Amino acid sequence: MALPKEELVEYIYKMVEAAAGKKQLKAKDIEKAVLKEHPDQNKNDIKFAIKELIDGGRCVYTYFGGSFIEIPRVEGAAKH
Amino acid sequence: MHKTPLLDQLESGPWPSFVKDLKRVAARKPQTADLLGVLERSYKDKITHWKHGGIVGVLGYGSGIIGRYTDLPDEFPGVEHFHTIRVNHPSAWMYTTKALRELCDIWDEHGSSVLNMHGSTGDIIFLGTRTEELEPCFAKLTAKGWDLGGSGSAFRSPSCCVGPARCEWAMYDTLEACYELTQEFQFDLHRPSYPYKYKLKLSGCPNDCVAAVARADCSVIGVWKDDIRIDQSAVQAYAGGELKPRGGATKWDKLDIQKDVVELCPTQCMSWDGKTLKINNRECNHCMHCINLMPQALRPGTERGAAFLLGSHAPILEGAQMSWVIVPFFEMEKPFDYLKELMTNIAEWWSEHGKNRERVGELILRLGMRSLLEAIGVEPAPQQVRIPRANPFFFWHQSDFDAEAKGRRYDTRQGFVR
Ligand code: HEM
Ligand code: HEM
Ligand code: SF4
Ligand code: SF4
Repeated sequence: MALPKEELVEYIYKMVEAAAGKKQLKAKDIEKAVLKEHPDQNKNDIKFAIKELIDGGRCVYTYFGGSFIEIPRVEGAAKH
Repeated sequence: MHKTPLLDQLESGPWPSFVKDLKRVAARKPQTADLLGVLERSYKDKITHWKHGGIVGVLGYGSGIIGRYTDLPDEFPGVEHFHTIRVNHPSAWMYTTKALRELCDIWDEHGSSVLNMHGSTGDIIFLGTRTEELEPCFAKLTAKGWDLGGSGSAFRSPSCCVGPARCEWAMYDTLEACYELTQEFQFDLHRPSYPYKYKLKLSGCPNDCVAAVARADCSVIGVWKDDIRIDQSAVQAYAGGELKPRGGATKWDKLDIQKDVVELCPTQCMSWDGKTLKINNRECNHCMHCINLMPQALRPGTERGAAFLLGSHAPILEGAQMSWVIVPFFEMEKPFDYLKELMTNIAEWWSEHGKNRERVGELILRLGMRSLLEAIGVEPAPQQVRIPRANPFFFWHQSDFDAEAKGRRYDTRQGFVR
């Protein structure tokens, strides 16, 4: 069953958090994973849930070859 | 200022030198002085001292900032961070001088003062600033109505030719279409959510002044559907020299209609008996050659719209590709609903099946045109044949170029003549 908007945001945050350091998730990976558990979830809701996480600073976009959604880290690239 | 003997040599040539420009800025910007220093070091060491960027983004955006750092931060602190900002350009790059001053003032305050009008994507490129300057710079830009362009695996800032603003050949309003599509895809422009970059360029006619066919995944090229209009008396005037070919932009003072127009038509669909010019419009492939040569005698038809092409990109997985036709003709009227829907459907199919860093044109090669057409609900059409009429077994030799330079002509039907 589709998740209400707030729960969806938390659901995605947990997914990104669990992947941290193991796998870099793209927006499409997140969408696919949500739809697997909740096939009736509206795709646009997923897009905007990601937007909410980014706008609120809880997640950030990163780029290394592809663009990913991750938990913010202390900026490391400057020093190594 | 660093000593730059190797760079200094570049100032000695006949052309304006970027070294001279950068030195001028370096006099008041320590960052730019270090930029010259690090480049000199790279010339000496014969390796780059730039690392791949890590961060990209401001205030909820994943696009628009390209992170860059040097690996010699202690020696060149000014370029410890040297991020690039892409500012989305207005349709057809038309600015007021006031707007340009605004941009320069913001960049003087927050960056290296070095900028690039324009990057090949089209954006205004601000070259080099520190991480902590990104938010304030972004805030100043948005307060003045500027927005960041696309970068990363996102929809890139669309660009278009000057179209109806200055050009008589425009078959639709490229400026309006570029603006509308930029608005439509805002989300995807600023929040990278595709397998790789996705570019849109719009040209008003087959002359394709923004080179959409070679530079954009989605190329929209204006075209007419009915017959080329002919003014036979004007054709006579070109033949007689009263009208100058190509509006005076060639060195000839009159046209040899047979040799310069008819024999160079790529589909050989024209004929000329010395009095009347005839065109078999069913065979015309809308290349614009004849129209460009005799603009006062030939005009495109009046039933106008655009062709949609897909697939071009630089060499990554499969080698360089040009776009090819997917929809031979469609209406291009505001609000451009058909184009929006088509692009959305294509992006959906590509996002679903594409691998990381696989452009949409490469996915078509991997899964086949049939898979694409089924997914987006477009009927197969003969125009989708990728390289019609091409002879893949034609090899040029140096002697051919030499002969050509001496005046030998190539006729697409008879081979070499004269
Ligand atoms: C080894 C280091 C570098 C590599 C491999 C590299 C590669 C690239 C590539 C592939 C692009 C096209 C990106 C795209 O459109 O997706 C690009 C764009 C760009 N790069 Fe670099 N780059 C490097 C270093 C730099 C540095 C040091 C700077 C600035 C100081 C820089 C400035 C730019 C700019 C301004 C663009 C955008 C140009 C445009 O939109 O036309 N790059 N780079
Ligand atoms: C002096 C040499 C080069 C310059 C000045 C240069 C500059 C650029 C610029 C400005 C772009 C952005 C194009 C756009 O966004 O439309 C670009 C794209 C790119 N460049 Fe280069 N480049 C150079 C050499 C190379 C080389 C040697 C390679 C590969 C070995 C390369 C690979 C790429 C790739 C993969 C892209 C992305 C193409 C695309 O949009 O599909 N470049 N380059
Ligand atoms: S592409 Fe055609 S319409 Fe656009 S500027 Fe060039 S000639 Fe004019
Ligand atoms: S537009 Fe090109 S193909 Fe068509 S008639 Fe003119 S030269 Fe021939």
